[in-house]
Formats: sequence, C-alpha cells, structure tokens
Amino acid sequence: MVDTPLRFSQVSKSFARGKDRVQALSNLDLSLPSGSITGLLGPDGAGKTTLMRLATGLLIPDSGTISVLGADTRRRARQVQAAIGYMPQRFGLYEDLTVQENLDLYADLQGLTPVAAAARQRELLKLTALGPFGARRAGALSGGMKQKLGVACALLRAPQLLLLDEPTVGVDPIARRELWEIIQGLKKQGVTVLMSTAYFDEAERCDEIILLHQGKLLKKDSPAAFHQPLNGRCFLVTQAAMSKRHLRETLQHRPGVQDARILAEGVRVLCRDTRPHAVAGENWQVAAPTFEDAFVDLLGAPKDPDTEITPDSPPTALPTDREAETTVVEVRDLCKFYGKFEAVKGNTFTVRKGQIFGLLGANGAGKTTTFRMLCGLLPASSGTLQIAGVDMRHATAQARGRIGYVAQKFALYGNLSADQNLAFFSAAYGLRGKARQTRLDWARREFQLAYYRHVNVDDLPLGIKQRLALACALLHEPPILFLDEPTSGVDPLARREFWQRINALAEGGVTVLITTHFMDEAEYCDQLVLMSLGEVLAQGSPQEIRDQAKDAAHPEPSMEEAFIHLIQEHESQTRRAS
Amino acid sequence: MKLQRLRGLIRKEFIQIWRDPSAIAIAFFMPVFLLFLFGYGVSLDARHVPVAVVVDQPSAETSAFIGGLQQSTYFTPQLYGSIQAARRAVMARRADGILWLRGNFSRQVLQGDTASIGVFVNGEDANNARILQGYLQGVWQGWLQQRAASAGAALVIPVTGQDRIWFNPALRSRDYLVPGLIAVIMTLIGALLTALVVAREWERGTMEALMASPVTMGEILLGKLIPYFFLGMGGMLLSVALAVWLFAVPLVGSFWVLLLCSSLFLLAALGMGLLISSAAHNQFVAGQIAIIVTFLPAFILSGFIFDIQSMPTAIQVITHIVAARYFVTILQTLFLAGDVWPVILWNSLALALMATFFLGVTLRRSRKRLD
Amino acid sequence: MLTRLWALVIKEFLALLRDKKSRFVLIGPPLIQLLVFGYAATFDLNHIPYAIYNQDSGFASRELLGRFQGSPAFRQVATITHNAQIAPLINNQNALLVLQIGPNFTRDLLLHHPASVQVIIDGRNSNSATLALNYVNSVILSFDTHWAATHHWGKPPAQLVVRSWFNPNLLSRWFIVPGIVALLTLVVTLLVTGLSVAREREQGTFDQLLVTPLSPLEILLGKALPGFIIGALEGAFIILAGVFWFQVPFIGSILALALGMALFLLAAIGIGLMISSLAVTQQQGLLGVFLFLVPAIILSGFATPIANMPKLVQDLTYINPMRYFLVIVRGVFLEGDGFHELWSQYWPLALIALGSMTAAAWLFRHRMQ
Repeated sequence: MVDTPLRFSQVSKSFARGKDRVQALSNLDLSLPSGSITGLLGPDGAGKTTLMRLATGLLIPDSGTISVLGADTRRRARQVQAAIGYMPQRFGLYEDLTVQENLDLYADLQGLTPVAAAARQRELLKLTALGPFGARRAGALSGGMKQKLGVACALLRAPQLLLLDEPTVGVDPIARRELWEIIQGLKKQGVTVLMSTAYFDEAERCDEIILLHQGKLLKKDSPAAFHQPLNGRCFLVTQAAMSKRHLRETLQHRPGVQDARILAEGVRVLCRDTRPHAVAGENWQVAAPTFEDAFVDLLGAPKDPDTEITPDSPPTALPTDREAETTVVEVRDLCKFYGKFEAVKGNTFTVRKGQIFGLLGANGAGKTTTFRMLCGLLPASSGTLQIAGVDMRHATAQARGRIGYVAQKFALYGNLSADQNLAFFSAAYGLRGKARQTRLDWARREFQLAYYRHVNVDDLPLGIKQRLALACALLHEPPILFLDEPTSGVDPLARREFWQRINALAEGGVTVLITTHFMDEAEYCDQLVLMSLGEVLAQGSPQEIRDQAKDAAHPEPSMEEAFIHLIQEHESQTRRAS
Repeated sequence: MKLQRLRGLIRKEFIQIWRDPSAIAIAFFMPVFLLFLFGYGVSLDARHVPVAVVVDQPSAETSAFIGGLQQSTYFTPQLYGSIQAARRAVMARRADGILWLRGNFSRQVLQGDTASIGVFVNGEDANNARILQGYLQGVWQGWLQQRAASAGAALVIPVTGQDRIWFNPALRSRDYLVPGLIAVIMTLIGALLTALVVAREWERGTMEALMASPVTMGEILLGKLIPYFFLGMGGMLLSVALAVWLFAVPLVGSFWVLLLCSSLFLLAALGMGLLISSAAHNQFVAGQIAIIVTFLPAFILSGFIFDIQSMPTAIQVITHIVAARYFVTILQTLFLAGDVWPVILWNSLALALMATFFLGVTLRRSRKRLD
Repeated sequence: MLTRLWALVIKEFLALLRDKKSRFVLIGPPLIQLLVFGYAATFDLNHIPYAIYNQDSGFASRELLGRFQGSPAFRQVATITHNAQIAPLINNQNALLVLQIGPNFTRDLLLHHPASVQVIIDGRNSNSATLALNYVNSVILSFDTHWAATHHWGKPPAQLVVRSWFNPNLLSRWFIVPGIVALLTLVVTLLVTGLSVAREREQGTFDQLLVTPLSPLEILLGKALPGFIIGALEGAFIILAGVFWFQVPFIGSILALALGMALFLLAAIGIGLMISSLAVTQQQGLLGVFLFLVPAIILSGFATPIANMPKLVQDLTYINPMRYFLVIVRGVFLEGDGFHELWSQYWPLALIALGSMTAAAWLFRHRMQ
C-alpha cells in the first residue's frame, strides 16, 4: 500500500505566453493524506488548475516528480489515468449525448465490463439522483445536474483518488450541498478527494486546505490550524444609527483594522491585534475566526485601501430623502420566451435611485435574460419595463448614454490594449477633448490601470479585466449601472475590492443593478430578487428575505440557507398546484 | 489499443453526428449543393453562340455559306445591316463575334479568286474566342467540302485532319468536369468534417476529460477517423450516384476500384483535417485554415479545370502537394477511360503516401498533453 | 458623430491588424494566391505532349511534321511504329494526342489527291482536347496554304481572315488576371467583414456597443469603412500587379474602374455584414461566408462563361455582385470602357449594396438569440 495517494516533490511548471515564460508553479512540495478531503484555494493564476492537470499526467512538470498512487506521472501516465477520477472545469461532458450515453462512453473508456458497468451506473445514478433523467441530453441539464453527472463519470471506476476542478462554480446552493453529501460518502469509502474551490465555506468543510499563491505553497493545514493565529482578532461590530455599508466604510479606514466586510448580522472586522478599536456607539463582540479571515490575513486585504473609490465628481448629489424615493427602474410582468421555453416568467420589481439592487440565482435562473431586456438588447415577450422613464429598446442615443453596462465575462476587445479599450469606449460615449482626457486619467488612476496600459486585454488577469470593464462603463459617469455577474470567476480578494467600489458608487448616488450567484454577496445589496428557473422566489431587503425563511431549524438563516429553504418551499408549492 | 474503448468512442461520435445536423449537412447536403451548382453552373461548351452576320450583297453563294452557319447548333447567327451595327453589338456584348461577307464575295468566288471572309471575335475571354474560331473554321471547311462535292471537283485542301476523340467523343465538358468536381468537393468535406470536430472537443473542454481517462491518443484519433470515414464515403457514393444518374456521366471503370481509390483519398483528406485541427485547437482558426488550404488550391491547382501541363514548371511542382490533383486524374480516368492501371496505381500510391504522411504526423504531434 | 465614428474605425482597424496572425491572414494568402493563380489559371495550352506514328516515308509528311516540331505549343514525346502502341500512350496520359500519317501520304499529295492526317486525341479533359484540335488544325491549315501555293493546287474559293479584338494573341492571362482582381477583392472583403459582427457577438462586445449611444448607422459605417479601405488597398495593389507584373494592358478609364470597385466593395461589405449579423457564432459566420463565396465565384463568369449556363442559373447570377464587377474590370482593362458603357453594370451593384447594407443594419438590433 502506498503511504500517500498524491505526492509532489519540488515540482515546477512554466508556460510560454507570447515571448515570456510564466511560472505557474515553483518548487512545490506536498502530499495528501489517504482518505481525506483536501481543498485547493488561492487567487486567480495561483496555479490551481495547473496543479490538477499535473496530477492527472496531462501536464508534465519542468522539474521535480509527481507520484500518484505510487506511479510516476512522467513515465506511467496511463497507469495514473486508469486509477484516478478527474472532472475538469466545465465538467467535461458531451452536451449532445444523454446522461446514459455519457456514462456508457466513460464506462467503455475505463474498460468496465458491461455487467459491472450497468451495476456501477445504477449505483451512481442513485447516488446522484439522476436516475429519472437518464434519457435527457446533458446540455439540457441544470448546472447542478451537470456537475453531478460530471462527478458520476469520474467515479465510474471507483477511483482511489478523485480530482475535482472548481466543481461548484455557478451551481445553486442546493446542488452544492448535494455534492458535498456525495463527497463525504466517498470519504467514508476511503477515497481521497482533492478539489479546488472559490467558496470559503467549502474550505471549512475540508480536512485540509492547500493555499496557493503565485505558484507557491503558502500554507497547507487543517482549517482549525488556519484559524488558530486569528483567535481574538475577529469581531462583529454593530452600530444601530448607521447603515452597514456606511459602517463598513468607516471601519475599513480605522487604523488597526485590517479588513471589514458586511455580514447578515453586522460588519465583521479583522484587526491587526486582539484589541477592539471601538468608537462610542459601536458594539464590538469577539467572533470566532473563519477561513475567510485567514485568507485575507495571509494574502493581504485589498492592496490599497487609500484609493477608496469615491467618484471625484459624484454624478448626482447624495440622495436626499425625496430623491431616494424616485423610481429608476420599473419592471412589470416581464416575460421572455425562447420558442416554447419560458426563460423569464412574469417578473415584477422596482429599483429606487441610489440603491444597489441584486438579482440572485444560479446559472440559468434567468438573470442575464432579464438584464439584457432591461438594457434593450432583447425584446421582451410581454410586460413593460422602463429605465429612467424610457424603454431602452426604443431609447435615443442620449438615453442610452445614461446607463453603464458591464456584460458577463467582461466584454472587452481582447486583442486591444487596456488603453485602447478605454479610448474607444470614451469616444463611443461621445466624450471629447479635455473632458475625455480628464476621465481617462481618472480611470487609470482610480482603477490602478496605469501598469497595464499597454497590455492586451486577453493577457490580463481576470481581476484586472473586471476593473477595466468597470472603468469603461463608468467613463461617462452614468447614473445607472448594470453589472452582469461581475464577480464570477474572480478571486475572493478581487471580489471584495470590487464590492468596495460598488458601495462607494452607491454612496455617490449611482443606482446599481447587479447579478450574482454568490449568495454571500447578497448582504451588500439594498434590495434583492431571488430567482430560480425564470421565476422570482422572493424579493426585499436581505433581512426581509432571511426572515421569510426563518423556521425552527434555522432561527438565523444565512442567505444560502434562505435560498435553499425558499426553493424547496417553492417546489413543494408547485407540486401541490399540479 | 483496446477494442472496447475504441468502440465506445466511435459510438459516441456517431451519436453526436446524428444529433448535430451540421456534420450530416456537411457530408450530404454540401455534395448535393455543390454538385448541382458546379454541374449546371460550370460548362465550357459554347452552344448557340450569338454571332453577328453582315452580308453586304446577298446572293446564292452567301446564302450557302450562311446556311452552314444556321444549321450548326453552335451558333445563333444574327443578321446586321452594316459592319458598324455589328461592331456596336459586339461592344454591347450582344454578340461574341462577327462574320463579314463583303460585297465582292460572290464575284470572287465565281471568278475563282480567293475571297476573304472577315471574322472578328471578342478576344477578351481568350478560351471562348478560341473555341469560337475553331467552330467557324469547321463551318468554313464544311462549306468547302459541300461546294467541291456539288461541283464534282476535287477538294482544294491538300490535307485535312481527321479527329478520333477517345473517351469523350462528343467532348461534353460536363463529363470531365463532374468527376473532377467530386474530387474538389470531397477535399472540402474531408477537411471540414475533421478540422472542426477535434477543435470542438478542445473548445468544449471534453478533450481534457477524454485524455484524463486511460485512452491512448491513437484510439482518440481512430475514434474520429473511422466515423467520419464512413460519413465521407456516404457523401462520396451520393456524389457518384448523382454524377451517373443526374448528369449522365458514364462510369466506364470498375466501381470497386473507384471505391478503393476514394477510400485512399478520403484518408488523405481526413488526415489533413485532423492535422489542421490538432494544430489549431480552435474551431475558428481551424475553419479558416481549412478554407484557405482546401477550396482554392483544389479548384485551381488540381487540374480539375485548368490543365496542369500548361502551367509553368514551378507551379506544376507545387501541384504535387495537392492531394486533389491525384484524385482528379484517377476519377477522370475511371469515369471516362476505364481501369487504366498505370494511371490508377501511380496516383493511388501518391494518395497513400499523402494519407500516411498526414496521419503519421498527426499521431506524432498528438501527445496526451495539454501544453 | 464624427468622433464616435472615428473611434469605431480605429478600434476596428486595431482589432484586425494588431494581431500578427490575423494580419498575415489578410495579407499573405491573397498575395500568394495572386501569384500562384495568375500563373496557374490558364486555358492556353503549351507543350502539348504528342506522339508521331508516321507510316509514310516521303518528304511531304516530314515537312508537315516539321511544322509541329517547330511549334512551341507542341512537345513530341514519342515516335511509334505500330498501331498497338497508340492505346497505352493515350491511356496512360503520356501523350494527349497521336498524329497518324498513312503510308501513301506523299504519293497522294503529289498526285493531287487529298490526303488526311489522323488525330487520335484523349477526350478526358474535353476543353484541352477541343483546344488541342484547334491548334492541330491551324498547323495543318498553314501547311495546306503553303502546299497549295507551291504545288499548283488552285486557290480555295474563300478563306477566313480572323482578327480578334481586345486580346489579339488570345492570351487567357489577359482574361484571368483581371478576374483575379475581383476574386481576391471579394475574398478579402468577406474575410474582414464576414466575421466581424459574429466575433463581437461571441465576445459579448457587440452588446456593449449596442448599449452605448452609438446608432446602428454609426456601427454599420464603423464596420464597413475598414473593410472598404482594406479591400480597396488590396484591390488596387492587385490591379497594379496585373498591369506591371503580369503585363495585362490597361486601356480604359481609371475613374470608371474606381467607381466600379467602390460599388462592388460596398455590395460585398453589405453581404459580409449581413452574413455576420445573421450568424450567432463565428463558426456559423464562417460557414455562411463559405456558402456565399463558392457560388459567387462559380457563377460569376470568372472561369467559365455565364452564357454556357442553363437559363435558370443565368437568372440566378443577376444577384451576384461579382458578375457585374467582372464585366467592369475586364471592360476597363481590355476594352477601354468608360462610364457610359458600364452604366448597365453600375446600377445593379448599387442596388445590391443598398439592399444588403440596409438588411445588415436592421439585423444588428433585431437578430438576438
């Protein structure tokens, strides 16, 4: 028996990018304990996917050795591949094959006899609850079901080592919860699991966490060991007279405070020492550290909190009470059909000036479709929608100039440099002369883009792309901002930095509409709409939504628990109705 | 190599082909579409060529000459009153040429002088002009023979050429264009089919999942090659059927030899596609390369329409790397001339070499690696 | 309006030309193809391989064969001595034709009896065969004229005096090279425009454009101008290459050609943009470009005359912009046409351009998945 199913010794790997070589991993040493669940975390470009691929033998290290279940990946790659289960990002499924056909294919590729394959497939279909969907095409499955099918394909041969690359990105909380049940079941059978993830709560559930940063191993330990040094440095702060957003802003700038973020209950503060830095009126309570604190502590809070994002000339004055009542977006009975498929089912909501309005839901919930209709990119099948009093579908150029839009995956011109993108969008919004120059300078300064001015957008890290996309959308100082999944795939640090900017914008009176599938981001919003399969499950302030989901089992539900609760309740309702 | 894995891959590919209409469209719709287009659109046979006829002084002699012209299916003679009017007709592209019988034509013919018949052709399309000239010469010779026969005199032409045209006695251009066309179409289909499918697996991320299983690269490639080979052969048979039954091109040679040669060619074409897509990893680039290296070279450099022997030597050398060149020769021979072994064997050998080259390089290049 | 348009054009140029690969795709293949096709695409026959089967031992046959041997159009590959040798030569494509002269050739001629030469020819490529026969006949004809004059055969009652206008030596390069101007201009323009909208759609930047204050007309112009400029530059370059490298005479009005080129580019750009705004993905765009390009080339009269096509197909060619431009290019190059002669070609091109551009602009906003 081998002592460890996966061992990296002094592993380095670099890739060519243009003329330079990028060091993806350098001198990495690690081994996984047998039968454990290990989480792999780190910012973008830390080398997580490279590590996974090295472990499968699909990449060969420049130096060092990797041994998987006792076999060297360099010389015995096929033996390795026969013994492991691997699910790549995006699940690696054939979307035009049915669930059963996908399973059959991988059973053949793994060399299972028909009898063994049939038995194993039955078992896996039961485990993943995909049994009823055997004849459905993989492409027609929801994100969560695809993910479970991907895992089932990787599990066909009962591997001793299971590698999962970002298995939970973009799937809804219920599917995430189900995946964890499967993984924990596997652990009981002695399978070793290595999974990369962007969720901190998932990290907490692992036996061990590997934290990578810039290709180096920052720390590898149990979650408890990550928390340990932070004991006593974490606080929960509440201030009755101040909005949470405002409070966070104040706390972030206080000396001795390393990081402040908004939670359901209040603002969570990570201090540089164990002393509370309280000010009169604030209530500081010691809180148990979480992995997120450890992550921020180890990787550093947003680099430069001084360049706080307050638009130098706020587009409008701070909202007065009367102005805050102004309705900016009004949507009534909005429906969208694609052929027979109803992507958006009769949604109604309003957004007031200066609000951060969030659309929450998993991939395929209808968020993007709603957004595209709001921006006039798609005609609505029925219903009315008005942005600042006009339907964007028939809006004049001037009306379009009042909105800023950041599309999913940051639609920028990939083979143009950052500066060229800025220059183009500033001209497209009709800026010229001195005003244009001023705004360009502002964007470069405010979003710290000076360093990347001449880099092609395709070569930028995702976090920088996000900043650039936001800069492009803000050049013309729009009073309304649409952001479609601006944090998807962006690393946790860039996400927090992003939310700080959005908060500052909202404080300056900009109305922000934003979609996300991260439930924890809901707390940053003033108003929320929770969507699933085209329908609005609930809407209101984060507190109101959580209150809706309160029950005996969860007296203080998190947004994620609330979502699961609401979706289950909704399903039982529809079942009763039908 | 394990049969079970290969079988699994092939089954998967067939299901995908079945579900994704684009592959079927490429294999079956494209040949029909292109064959119709080319079969009807491309013809070098001039028929009913509009010729402006100017007769300054009509007489029995001029009628006899014009009569020959009128009987020929090659011409549609149009009478014009003056050479100026005829000239304007040519300029306006209403006529391709002028035949001018001058005022002294009858007198000179009767006196035993040699009358000159003015012929003007629009030389812009040189090929067409030359064909027109040839036809007019035929009319003239016919007229001479007829005159000699009716006068009981000997022909005053010492030597005439007697043509014996083998394989395509009517010189129907369609009979040689259609077989060549099949080669051009199959080049396109072969490359397009495989160029896009491997790149697609890279783009959708399924290649990574495949590679992480114990399959070998050879199995992956064979798993692509075999289904598309059958699909391509289907398209090929369809094209042959259309050629024989719709365009009435005779198939003189043996069907089995045709099948065998087609397989060789298809292997070369599919191999080229696989090479393109294993080099590109991206459907867009793969598609662009496929179009640039397949259609125009196969159209212009394969001898399908422009005779390779007439090209400058340097260009002739280049044509040797165009697989379609060999297949065009084989098809034209098989369809029109029959099983001419020396032609078929040498060209098949060339195809086999190309297939081995493309598939070999693809296999060598494809390692189970992502970098 | 002008600032925005200018920014769009600059952006479009950068997107096209910043990347080394796409720069190459736009410039490399067209130039290589110009050279290769300029030389390869010819219907003229040179070095026709032929074999001699001469059963006559007299001087007349030698004199006739001497004329073939002296002609650059023919290349003797074999001399054979019996009938059975003919078939392999032709079958294996070693010779395109065999000249067979009967045993009594010289004697018959001296006795003032008509004689004949058998021309056995490979008809597999019927076009080559037709042309080769024409060449053979003209060699025989010149022999006849000479023989009749020197051996007192009397004169034929009439003979053809052929003159060809616009291309006196009937060089097919004069016909093909102007055609290549149209061919490559079309290909380049479609490469530039045919994928541009689809690419932006796939990257999501097209949505970004639509939410800016840019109007569809501005977007249309912004997309069309780079295609126009690149197409015009490459077209002009190919025209120059045709005149100075391939030595094709250019006798018409440059301005008339420029107007034709401009209208043709607009029509091609309109069609390219229409295809690319119909396509959701670049893949579909590529397929669309292809499905347009192939018929457009085949049914344009580039290689084979439109007049030879069936009536129905001929009618179809009226919507093909290349058909009109080919007439314009060849007319200006070889016939010296000016505006007056080409009016009938200009207006259909303008109509196609207008129609396709309008359709493209409409599709920008209304084609949404």
